[in-house]
Amino acid sequence: MSNNMNNQGLSNRTDDVTAAANATDRVATNDPTNVLEVKNLSVEFTTRHGTLKALNEVSFSIAAGEVVGVVGESGAGKSLTGAAIIGLLEPPGRISGGEILLAGRRIDQLPDDQMRKIRGREIGAIFQDPLTSLNPLYTVGHQITETIVTHLPLTWSQGRNRAIELLEATGIPAARERIDHYPHQFSGGMRQRVVIALALAAEPKLIVADEPTTALDVSIQAQIIELLKKLCREQGAAVMLITHDMGVIAETADRVVVMYAGRIAEVGKVRDVIHAPRHPYTVGLMGSIPSIHQHVERLVQIDGTMPRLNAIPQGCAFNPRCVKVMDRCKLERPELHTLGSSQVACWLHTEVEKNER
Amino acid sequence: MFAFILRRLIQAAGVLLAVALLAFVLFQYVGDPVMIMLGQEGTPTERDQLRKDLGLNDPVIVQFYHFLSNAIQGDFGLSLRQGQKVSTLLRERLPATLELSIAAALIALLVGLPLGVYTALKRHGKLSQALLAFSLLGVSLPTFLIGILLILIFSVSLGWLPSYGRGDTIKLGWWTTGLLTKSGWTHLVLPAVTLSLFQVALVLRLVRSEMLEVLRTDYIKFARARGLTRRAIHFGHALKNTLVPVITIMGLQLGGIIAFAIVTETVFQWPGMGLLFIQAVQFADIPVMAAYLCLISLIFVLINLTVDLLYFAVDPRLRAGLGKHSGGH
Amino acid sequence: MRAALAKFWEGDLAWSWRHTPVAIVATILLAILLIASFGADVLAPHNPFDLATINLIDALKPPVWHTDGTQEYLLGTDSQGRDLLSALMYGMRVSLLIGLAAVTGAMFLGIVLGLISGYAGGRVDALIMRIADVQLSFPAILIALLIDGVARVVVPGDMHEVIAFPVLVGAIALAGWPQYARTVRGSTLVEKNREYVQAARVIGISSPVIMFRHVLPNVLGPVLVLATVHLATAIITEATLSFLGVGVPPTSPSLGTLIRVGNDFLFSGEWWITIFPGAALVLLVLSVNLLGDWLRDALNPRLN
Repeated sequence: MSNNMNNQGLSNRTDDVTAAANATDRVATNDPTNVLEVKNLSVEFTTRHGTLKALNEVSFSIAAGEVVGVVGESGAGKSLTGAAIIGLLEPPGRISGGEILLAGRRIDQLPDDQMRKIRGREIGAIFQDPLTSLNPLYTVGHQITETIVTHLPLTWSQGRNRAIELLEATGIPAARERIDHYPHQFSGGMRQRVVIALALAAEPKLIVADEPTTALDVSIQAQIIELLKKLCREQGAAVMLITHDMGVIAETADRVVVMYAGRIAEVGKVRDVIHAPRHPYTVGLMGSIPSIHQHVERLVQIDGTMPRLNAIPQGCAFNPRCVKVMDRCKLERPELHTLGSSQVACWLHTEVEKNER
Repeated sequence: MFAFILRRLIQAAGVLLAVALLAFVLFQYVGDPVMIMLGQEGTPTERDQLRKDLGLNDPVIVQFYHFLSNAIQGDFGLSLRQGQKVSTLLRERLPATLELSIAAALIALLVGLPLGVYTALKRHGKLSQALLAFSLLGVSLPTFLIGILLILIFSVSLGWLPSYGRGDTIKLGWWTTGLLTKSGWTHLVLPAVTLSLFQVALVLRLVRSEMLEVLRTDYIKFARARGLTRRAIHFGHALKNTLVPVITIMGLQLGGIIAFAIVTETVFQWPGMGLLFIQAVQFADIPVMAAYLCLISLIFVLINLTVDLLYFAVDPRLRAGLGKHSGGH
Repeated sequence: MRAALAKFWEGDLAWSWRHTPVAIVATILLAILLIASFGADVLAPHNPFDLATINLIDALKPPVWHTDGTQEYLLGTDSQGRDLLSALMYGMRVSLLIGLAAVTGAMFLGIVLGLISGYAGGRVDALIMRIADVQLSFPAILIALLIDGVARVVVPGDMHEVIAFPVLVGAIALAGWPQYARTVRGSTLVEKNREYVQAARVIGISSPVIMFRHVLPNVLGPVLVLATVHLATAIITEATLSFLGVGVPPTSPSLGTLIRVGNDFLFSGEWWITIFPGAALVLLVLSVNLLGDWLRDALNPRLN
């Protein structure tokens, strides 16, 4: 899986500038088994109030067939990361630094017509609201078949047969009839199955799923997630599962990326991050999830709120809310350091490492 | 679906009835019908007799019923100004107005639609900006002024096109057409362009704003995320979704065209219903006014009904009986 | 007061204005036209209504840049010898007054009916909206024409000039209220279910007070955009009606009337009598439309 994270230099980085200058041997190296590598990705928005940095040197990777959850509060930058990867960043947002590599090939600077060929064929996307994701004026079958024949060398009727198979695979009953139905004739859960079918139609190697179950009934959420996981495993596709719901991640993901204020706080295997979180923010997150097994008087809360993009504190973005804050945290931004099979951006753990050496 | 049509028909009938009532009120109470019929010369006995004949002493409901039954047969009495039967006058003038209006509508559609799409797809280009500026000018120029300007340039200065009347027309049954003669066509050009300019600008802006809205939707975003070709996204998806609300508004604009024909016909002395109506207003020719009112309402109601049915046919959400039938999207 | 103005200047709307050249130009243009019209009494070089100052000898003089033009009559004169520039300024005033009055009337009527309709709901709502819908399916100009025409018939001939102004204003206002009502009703429906309205109800504040004091301010944004567009339409409608001969009479002409009168001279070569009022009309409407466009974009939250 992620064996690329061990070759880390543990020398002290003093500030963002020198860190950025040495970005190449940071977190993810050019490991060809990784279907996606994001290296120091930065996204800026130029508004009339000035330039805001919405993503600040985000780095992580996804190996082939992996399910990586990207979790964080609203506004942490999860969806933006997804949008940047697909190449659908809306202006005035733009990628201002870093690289995105798809199976070793840089895609963040591709012209649109080349990016178009990648979208759908190599990277699929699923968005939150299945009702608005589908064009109400075309049948479901038309939309799926269209996607198939755009990317694969099939005729329309061949594509249509594939579409029927896809619908059946996503568990839609009477696929042969329902393929000619319009989106509004499906229920919410069924629609999201159609969306999943659409995303997988051209057999991409990576699916970016942005809050795929948030708009659905709780009772259906589990089904949809299961379906997604199953189909992706069958096709060998990796999944970048963006959500604010830690429960979904716990059930589904192999690894998890925790984001905060446009930066990554922690990356690691799901089991590790949940049971032994390192970053104080992650600790707070895990603590705030009520568990059926424990009996708690009050829910644990992290004091304060995530800062707005134009008011990110100096040093570590989390420092005003951190219970373990140190002086250094207020001055220098911590880099992502490897600890075992995880990575944490926290001075607490760098100090500990140093002391243990 | 059947219930829908029925409901709309009933609504339409209601509107027509209301308009007829208005026309009736106009007819009977605004100005004196007896004076209208007899003019100044009637003796008091004649007037009384006429009053009885016309049923003016009958209860109002009965009078309204008579008015209605006459109206449905197209009988609105005689024109005060010209003494001819109103229905004859209107029938003579209808083809002229319809030909002009349809010509203007076609121009508006064939020019405004593609230009609107272009300015939406290439929204930051120089040509788009120029077209947008032009369209703003188009909605800021009153129709009559456009007509005057065109006359000034093309008739007075350049002498290329005529500025008066309809040219030579040919009678086909009860219809007279100017489309079969050369002079009919040359006379049609300036008035049709004048009438259509406002609409071209309107359609352009409408299509542009609708298309920009559509291009912002989630399903277009999803289509792009699926890697569909630009052509498929713009013309297969975006355009189709844009046209649905545009059809409605275009249909309603047809009504506006017919109304604004009044102005155009005045400027160019085009012998249509609009010119007749204006002359009636200036002359206080009540029967003509009332008749025009009813006829126009009928046309509008028919247009609205057709647009509703069209909308129904085009949007699958309505056909299935689900979804709200709103006027927009 | 100064503090409030300063706050406005720093706000989003003012910022947008300062950074949209078109809006600035349009405002300046409109300001010039407004000053010229409402200051006509003071600023106009001649008084076209004072019969003593009109000289038939000066009739049909071309604009100043022509060989026959004089500096005394910058834009030429009409068939009676009246200075066109002055007539134009007074005419603009008439057009503006009618337009502004009509828009105010329509806005007032539309807001009241819209608030009532949205707030009361039920049968009242259905009735008002039905009337509005039916009226909206007819072009406004037709409705205005009709009201104007009927007034003409009902009122005896010699009273026509006196009532022309209010009838025109009334006609255009009545033709225009449904748009406002629809918009306001829509916003009212949204606001009606908000907490602050529920809270006010619970406290026992009466419905009209809630409607006007609390709901109305939240609804004014789209109404303002509508009003600017409507002003342009109203001015054009009045000009059209006057051009058709059923609007403002020539004794106190609006731009439309001036154009109508001048139209007769188009073929004999004295084009200026109709073109200059026409140009003034276009400039007026254009500047209002430009401002309306800018306002609509500036107030649209999504375009940020």
